[in-house]
Formats: sequence, C-alpha cells, structure tokens
Amino acid sequence: MLTNANVVVAQEQHPVQAHNTDAATSHKPAEKEFNVTETILEHISDDHSWHLWGHTSIALPVILKTDKGWETFSSAKLMDEHHEPIAYTGATTGYQFKVNTNHETGKKSIVIIDADGNINQAATASILDMSITKNVASMFIAVFLLLVIFLSVAASYKKRGVTTAPKGFQNIMETLILFVRDEVARPNIGEKYYKYMPFLLTVFFFIFINNLLGLIPFIPGGANVSGNIAFTMTLAVFTFIVVNFSGNKNYWKHIFWMPGVAVPMKIFLMPIEVIGIFTKPISLMIRLFANITAGHILVLSLVCLIFIFKSVAASAVAIPFTVFISCIELLVAFLQAFIFTMLSALYIGMATEEHHDDHH
Amino acid sequence: MIGSIAAIGAGLAAIGAGIGIGRIGGSAVEGMARQPEVAGKIQGAMIVAAAFVEAVALFAVVVALLGTR
Repeated sequence: MLTNANVVVAQEQHPVQAHNTDAATSHKPAEKEFNVTETILEHISDDHSWHLWGHTSIALPVILKTDKGWETFSSAKLMDEHHEPIAYTGATTGYQFKVNTNHETGKKSIVIIDADGNINQAATASILDMSITKNVASMFIAVFLLLVIFLSVAASYKKRGVTTAPKGFQNIMETLILFVRDEVARPNIGEKYYKYMPFLLTVFFFIFINNLLGLIPFIPGGANVSGNIAFTMTLAVFTFIVVNFSGNKNYWKHIFWMPGVAVPMKIFLMPIEVIGIFTKPISLMIRLFANITAGHILVLSLVCLIFIFKSVAASAVAIPFTVFISCIELLVAFLQAFIFTMLSALYIGMATEEHHDDHH
Repeated sequence: MIGSIAAIGAGLAAIGAGIGIGRIGGSAVEGMARQPEVAGKIQGAMIVAAAFVEAVALFAVVVALLGTR
C-alpha cells in the first residue's frame, strides 16, 4: 500500500527533481523528494531530538557509554541548521559521533566515524545508547502528569474524606479506578484481587496516558511511546514476572503434568503449555504495539494524501477522515489500556486459581 | 513487487478481520434484540472481542510492513 504510493510520488517527482538540481548545488537547501514511507516511519520512530516545526526542534541530552567511557552532550551538536547530520567530537573519548540512517529500515542511530567519515564498526558496537530520547522524554511527561493527577486526587480524598461525594477531577479518576477494580480485577482474579490492584492500576493508567499523549500531534504529545515495541515489551515482562511468581502449585501442575488426561497426552501437552507461558506476554506485547503503531500510521497516511496528490483539494477528504480516525483512536487508546490490564488480570487469575476437584 | 505482495497480504488479513468483526457485531445485535436488558454487557463483550480480532489483522499489517523492507 505504502510502497505503491511511493512509486506514484516518485514518478510525479521526476521532472521536479530535474528542475531542482541546480538549486541543490547552491547553498539553499533543496526540497527533498517526498517519500511517504520514509516520512511515516520517521514520525513513528524514536529520535534524539524533539521536532516541533520546520527546522525547529528541542535538543535532548545524548548519553552514550562507549568502550572509552561516558559521553554526554546535547543532540543539537549532531545536526546543522538545515537538520542535516554532522559529526561531533566527544569531549572525553575523542570519538567522532554522527547520526546514521539505515537505508533499509529507516532506523536512525548514533555511530562512531573515523577520520575518513566511514563508520568505525568495532567502536560503534560498543556504544550503549542511554540517551533521553523523544520517547523517554514523553514518558517522563506522562509520569509527571500521573503524579500531578494522582497526588491531587489523593489530597482531595484526604481533605474531604472517602464518604463524601467526589468533586471535579476526582470523579473521573474514581470512575476509572472503580472500573479497573470491578470490571477487570475482581471478575478475573477473584478474592485475592486486592494484592494485584497496584500493578493493574499502574499498568492501566500508564498505558492510557501514553496512548492519549501519543494522539496529541504536537508537544507534549506526538511521541509514539506505546507504539514502541521496547515499551510494550517491558510492560509484558512485568506481567510475565507477576503471573509466574504468583503461580500456585495448581498452575504449575497444569503446565507440567496436566491432570485428568492420559499419560501420553500429559507428555504431549507439556511443551505446548510451556510455550504458552511465553506466548501470552508476547501476544500482549505485539497487540499493544501493533494497535497503536497502526493507528499512528493510519492518521499519518491520511495526512500524507494531501502531499501525494499535491493539492489543497485533497485535504477536503483527508482532514475529515483524519478527524474520524482520531476519534476511533481515542476509543482504541482506552480499549488497549483496558485489554492489556484485563488480560494481565486474566493470566494472574489463571495462575492463582484454586481447583477443588481434579476431574475435568 | 514485494510491496504488492505485502499489500495483498494486508488485504487478505482485512478480509479475515472483516468477517470476524461482522460476525461479532451481527451476533451482538441479535443477542441485544433478544435480551435488551443485558444490552450493556453484550456491548462491552462485543467491543473487547472486536478488539481481539482487530489485533490479529494488525499483526498481519505489521508483518506486511516489515516484509516490504
């Protein structure tokens, strides 16, 4: 779909590009050929700076651990005024750092280059990139917002007590918390639900607020945090740990020696159940990642329609559709937070369930 | 070429998801018509099930997207 659109754009662009060749040689930055896939992938991927508009972006700190020690500098030093990558010589290590874009995957990463401008593969492999990237910065904003929201709500409970009716913002938070408790935790986990409420609430609100921030097209949103597979993997690993550490004897028995079936069947089921331990968090990880990423791609593709047709008239179609999809994405933002929490609760419930009879 | 194959794959996934979500929606409406008093519960279950089906379609989209690289 995206690639086909590229071909169309590329064909349209050919005469324009020929015109621009003399402009490209002069100092004035030439209009680059518009590539839909590249544009979309750039928007949904992580970055070392936070792009605002045009050539304006917020520089974020770059923190690198190399084999010669730590290196900390601003990401503004990695690009010139036209947003083209330039090399920066590290103060403590003396290495030359530069942002390199992988042409196959479109992935940007910081590499070490030698004097000739070639990538120093051995030194690059030693880089441990711990930078505050756009996603990390967005996550900090989410954490800050959650702190503000929950501390203020907690303060109002302290002030007014738990028996009086909630007021203002307290209302919506109470609704959501009770929703997680009554619709997610209690039906799926059962009586021991209380122990898992902090985990479930944290996961729910963290995913929800990151999804919502991702829908805001400008700062403080715009980063694709919950559409980043590392983010969803971390959450899924937490679920994996909580599920397997709270698993009782019954849970492990159902995995390694399924009761109620013949011995050959028990042996046959064992590897399947063991794989099942891992596929559950993996499906959680991919579900959240795919849903949010697909939502972002959809919105961006619709906006890109204007640039593909190169006419303002296309926006008459593109903008209403974008608004429509954005409204659906609002639902998806809540739904995916809910589903991640519900499935985590379901898996915890399965792990802590007590069976009274072994005949089933 | 690879892009076209990926597009066909995404299209096939969309057919599957369409059938799935259509069946969920149809059955939910039927259920609600029979028992309007539990319409709210059916709607909740319907949305969750639809989200699961949609997720499978999105897996296919992601695979198609990765396949084009």
